[in-house]
Amino acid sequence: MSAPAYTVRTGTRASRLFGWGLLALLVALVAAPLWADRGMIQDLFFILTMLVLAQFWNLLAGYGGLISIGQQAFVGLGAYAMFGAVIVWGVNPVPAILLGGVAAVLLAIPTAFFAFRLVGAYFAIGTWVIADMARLIVSQWQVVGGGTGTSLPREARADMWGVETIAALFDMRAAAARDVLAYWLALALAIATVAGIYALLRSRQGLALAAVRDNVEAAGAVGVDAKRMRWSIFLVAAFGTGICGALIFLQNARIAPDAAFSVVDWMAYVIFIVVIGGIGRIEGPIVGVLVFFVLQSTLSQFGAWYLMALGLLAITVMLIAPRGLWGVISDRTGLQLFPIQRRLYGGRIAKETP
Amino acid sequence: MTALLETSGLKAGYGDFQALWGVDITLAEGGCAAIIGANGAGKTTLMRAITGVLPCAPGMVRLDGAKIGGQSVDAIAKLGIAMVPEGRKLFPSLSVEENLRIGAYAGRSGPWTLEAVFELFPILREKRAVPGTSLSGGQQQMVAIGRALMANPRVLLCDEISLGLAPVVIRDIYKALPRIREAGASVIVVEQDIAQAMAVADEVHCMIEGRITLSGAPGDLSRDDIHAAYFGVAET
Repeated sequence: MSAPAYTVRTGTRASRLFGWGLLALLVALVAAPLWADRGMIQDLFFILTMLVLAQFWNLLAGYGGLISIGQQAFVGLGAYAMFGAVIVWGVNPVPAILLGGVAAVLLAIPTAFFAFRLVGAYFAIGTWVIADMARLIVSQWQVVGGGTGTSLPREARADMWGVETIAALFDMRAAAARDVLAYWLALALAIATVAGIYALLRSRQGLALAAVRDNVEAAGAVGVDAKRMRWSIFLVAAFGTGICGALIFLQNARIAPDAAFSVVDWMAYVIFIVVIGGIGRIEGPIVGVLVFFVLQSTLSQFGAWYLMALGLLAITVMLIAPRGLWGVISDRTGLQLFPIQRRLYGGRIAKETP
Repeated sequence: MTALLETSGLKAGYGDFQALWGVDITLAEGGCAAIIGANGAGKTTLMRAITGVLPCAPGMVRLDGAKIGGQSVDAIAKLGIAMVPEGRKLFPSLSVEENLRIGAYAGRSGPWTLEAVFELFPILREKRAVPGTSLSGGQQQMVAIGRALMANPRVLLCDEISLGLAPVVIRDIYKALPRIREAGASVIVVEQDIAQAMAVADEVHCMIEGRITLSGAPGDLSRDDIHAAYFGVAET
């Protein structure tokens, strides 16, 4: 009869304070063209796009248990679909970004069909093989430059939606305005990605996803359709990764198969970011991408030594703090910026009266 | 009285290895059946076939007369057959409360809510925020039972819920069974402990090598009958 005297909340005090801090940060980021120079805008663009790739890989590997090493297929195909739509059909590059996402999903369907027959390491290798096949096939596509690649046509660059307005608004040259446009799109994509994944993980489906990752059989026993769950997150991750790939190469304005399907740029770095930051947490890739950016801007001049240092650091973190830097911070302080764990408040639970 | 759950000529196995050779059992609405048998008799395989983990022909398992054999695990769960798996199989990354909440995923309404489970096993209310796998064995078993109840099942399958637990803990867990039945679930318990099975069930089925060798109400079966059926000893 009596109403339950408890409430279920997921928020913590830190997460609410963080909410205000986040709002301030977002305002500052949106206004970045006012206070940042062009180099800094490009750096921020790099950080945001790597964050998006890392968030989607974290969704796959950290929450879905799908350790794919073939996400560069979706970066590359998304980028090439955007270039193809611009060059072949004359589509404006900005809406063509969406086509990149669509193309990635179209590739993800057969990829999932074959790769989902494999588990663990075999799944990882299978996705990699499929990604390399995609690279080889795209290299045969002569309209977009075959193996040597091509640039975004001059007229397409000039006509890009919004560039003129931005150039007039900030009184800058068209090239700089294109960077601002790409940056704003990346910021919007990053916000949508983090917010979307957060909403997903807080929902009923988030719990189901965790259940599938923990134990497929037991998840089925409580009514979770594990197969559908895996399919959906694989397709969602492909869509987001494809859009991000298209955006990266829109900013780049030049594409080649080896760069677009680079396993180092779009996979090794992304895994590094997620592992360093903390796999299976939304905060992980955010911490990871900042660490990665600092390392890259200070050490990348050392070439191969830099890559070896990254590898050593990743191994060390995996051994000492398997849940990443954010795992260490969170364990020490109990901080949760994106709380997804539900908590009960109000100690006494009302007695049921018969 | 019509049978709620019925298996007829149920055959199932693992690849080339056939583990069940035509099992017929019926569970009446509101009833409690016990499956007893030694290790390897096929008890767990029977549970796995009923819940859809192992494939079988549609007509071999019926719920309320409808053929459900061989449907997918999640589809069968949504029909209201919930299992407390052997070894509990809690989700290690989820808290006690989340483990219970995920049990309600199938979206069936009924008497079992988070609050009702906390009433049944009060210790879980205290432990609700800790990871499920950090609890003692008995408490984990309570979480596993609670998780299955959250689905508001019509049929609750309990696979060896006393395995590896101290007798006093087993008694506590079995004390919950009458309340679970009162709330409307029909129950099948799989047990190696014959005395425990005889105490709670109104029908006992004994299995050897994938076949039912003896069935009957506990009061009608003599110790010798069960002994013979359990160990496969030829009657003299």
